[in-house]
Amino acid sequence: MTGDDFDFLCRLLKDRSGLTLTRDKAYLLESRLLPVARKRNMKSLDDLIVALRGRPEGELVRDVVEAMTTNESFFFRDIKPFDQFKNFILPQLMKSRAQRKSIRIWSAACSSGQEPYSLAMLLSEEKAKLPSWTIEIVATDLSTEILEKAQAGTYSQFEVQRGLPIQLLVKYFKQQGERWQIDSGIRGMVKYRCLNLLDDFTAMGSFDVVFCRNVLIYFDQPTKTAVLERMSRMLPPDGFLYLGGAETVIGISDKFQSLPEQRGIYSPVISPSAMAQKLAAGAG
Amino acid sequence: MKSCLIVDDSRVVRKVARRILEDLHFTIEEAADGKLALDACLKHMPDVVLLDWNMPVMNGIDFLRQLRRAPGGDSPVVVFCTTENDIQHIQEAIGAGANEYIMKPFDSDILQAKFAQVGLL
Repeated sequence: MTGDDFDFLCRLLKDRSGLTLTRDKAYLLESRLLPVARKRNMKSLDDLIVALRGRPEGELVRDVVEAMTTNESFFFRDIKPFDQFKNFILPQLMKSRAQRKSIRIWSAACSSGQEPYSLAMLLSEEKAKLPSWTIEIVATDLSTEILEKAQAGTYSQFEVQRGLPIQLLVKYFKQQGERWQIDSGIRGMVKYRCLNLLDDFTAMGSFDVVFCRNVLIYFDQPTKTAVLERMSRMLPPDGFLYLGGAETVIGISDKFQSLPEQRGIYSPVISPSAMAQKLAAGAG
Repeated sequence: MKSCLIVDDSRVVRKVARRILEDLHFTIEEAADGKLALDACLKHMPDVVLLDWNMPVMNGIDFLRQLRRAPGGDSPVVVFCTTENDIQHIQEAIGAGANEYIMKPFDSDILQAKFAQVGLL
């Protein structure tokens, strides 16, 4: 692949998905896009690039973007964020939302559904503590193909062994030949939507907790800043944002601050003007 | 350093598991069947047992039942690691006191994830 081709693909991916591809990730183009080319009976990546440079059908562009942005995922990824959810966030929300008895959670860039389903299982395990509460889990991804997989809730033997405790596999999954399907009760707790984080997503409304883990790492700095700014408008002052273990808001956004003792969790920063409004409302 | 007893009648599987677990800083003992494993446990209880199901002399589930009845036998974490991948076998294993269950084939990701789940890492 020529440097020109590489730059062309980078621009395309950046425009369509926000994905920033650096030179050291060039090998990914080969491994991920060759299957896309083969599916269309093209012999090589060069043929694919020629097609993309012409007037490509939307479906081809979509397939290329999806192939480059789809990332593997596993149940209860990193464990700790889910322990924090159960032991720190949930008790806080149960207090602060005791009146309205509802919690809205957004799993952004949910991939094949392991994150929202992990949350749904966790909440299902805790449901005795949440009688008559309404829990809404909204899960979004850029890729329609991966959302179909997420919705089906069917996983390979390999996938269900990565992060999923065996007791939960037995309790919440049904074996179908070589594959395992998560039960309809858990599936019903998650609403899937196709969403590009580059678009304006504030119409989805307000969320108490946003999971945006290992997503920002694919964006360049201005895109990270813009996404965090929009997310900050969707979280109430006592809401929570999760980022991935290798991600931070430092130097990227002043809309969020890290929570002491809770690594990876951030809370919205209340701006002086919003604070003044609040105080004025309180005084009135 | 935590100790792991690897119980499998396949020398190849024991070797693969040993290599992965040594990288995770476990000291390893090996046993080729349930009877030898039980003897090893009665001498010295390991922190964790990685356990095959189908083996000559004494199989994994019989070993587990006897282990859990032995003095101090409730302390080791037991992780099954077997080609038996149906829900009945899994439930039987949990019922007999297994803490985790790996369906073969496995790799280092799975082994590491499962060991992390039961708090060994």
